[in-house]
Amino acid sequence: MRPPEPDVPVEDARQRFRAGLRIGIGLAAASFVLAVTFGATARTEGWGVLAPVVCSVLVFSGSAQFALATALAGGGGVAPAVASAALINGRFLPMGMAVTASLKGSRWRRALEAQSVVDASWVAAHLGGGRFDRERLIGATIVQWPAWVAGTAVGVLLAPPPDLVERLGLDVVFPAFFLLLLLGEVRASRRAVAAAGIGAVTSAGLLWVVPTGIALLGATVGALIGLFRPKISDDGSRP
Amino acid sequence: MTLWFAILAVAVVSFSIKAAGPLLLTGRQLPAWSGAVIALLAPALLAALIVVEVLGPQWTDVHWPVLAGLAAVVVAHLLRAPMLLAVLAGVAATALLRAVT
Repeated sequence: MRPPEPDVPVEDARQRFRAGLRIGIGLAAASFVLAVTFGATARTEGWGVLAPVVCSVLVFSGSAQFALATALAGGGGVAPAVASAALINGRFLPMGMAVTASLKGSRWRRALEAQSVVDASWVAAHLGGGRFDRERLIGATIVQWPAWVAGTAVGVLLAPPPDLVERLGLDVVFPAFFLLLLLGEVRASRRAVAAAGIGAVTSAGLLWVVPTGIALLGATVGALIGLFRPKISDDGSRP
Repeated sequence: MTLWFAILAVAVVSFSIKAAGPLLLTGRQLPAWSGAVIALLAPALLAALIVVEVLGPQWTDVHWPVLAGLAAVVVAHLLRAPMLLAVLAGVAATALLRAVT
């Protein structure tokens, strides 16, 4: 069992933070592109100039922000719109729980550090076996945030035509990143392959009957494979 | 005004969702089985994120150039291309297919 506050040498921590920054730069480029489309979408839907940028500063979650914009445009009112964004981000509850032991300090400081949990950074910081690299997590996120905000501002101001992103093939960027991260994860163990398979099938099925956020959250049942003991030396840690 | 309220509400909810784990669990020893489950959250969620992005609600977002682009990403990855290059291969393949069809 990992101690709650690992005593790591400062130099090592700095190196891991820098490694996080390096990973973050690629992700930031992808975030920027996605943020441009968010800014443009929000502008088209009458959000004005300031609101989309403030939203990106405060919420910093592509999936939740798109869910909010889509739901508000649908005209169902504020409460369902906020609820749909909350459901989309529901996955950050188990993800935040997962990183808690790897963060530092009091519970409030950890709660603040846990704000750096975004999908790709969280996966990049996963060391295997349920342990996370705190410095890498924060490093990878800290470059994505300004890129996300800047991209939103550019999208709002330039307001590119909505089909430009599709014509340039940029809608592939995020699934491509997730796919590459997944390929890294499933190499860890056969159980990871099974968890991914169950997650994919569950979410694909749920998409027919429930909103996207619940489909994502439902996919976490794949992780329950972890309750079964591995037959061989297959402990979920990376080679 | 409604918009600003909605933005603020989503910000508070998102913050709270991420903060809940540390606020509830700090200082508590998690049961032994939780480590294995946590380790498998990443592949399960990643697979779901891809499925959700590619299929969309009721599978209405399926575009075959995107699927072809993702295949190009896998091929580039198998050829040991670095991450960014593999993503660019996918983007280029998708854009090309959309241009010619």
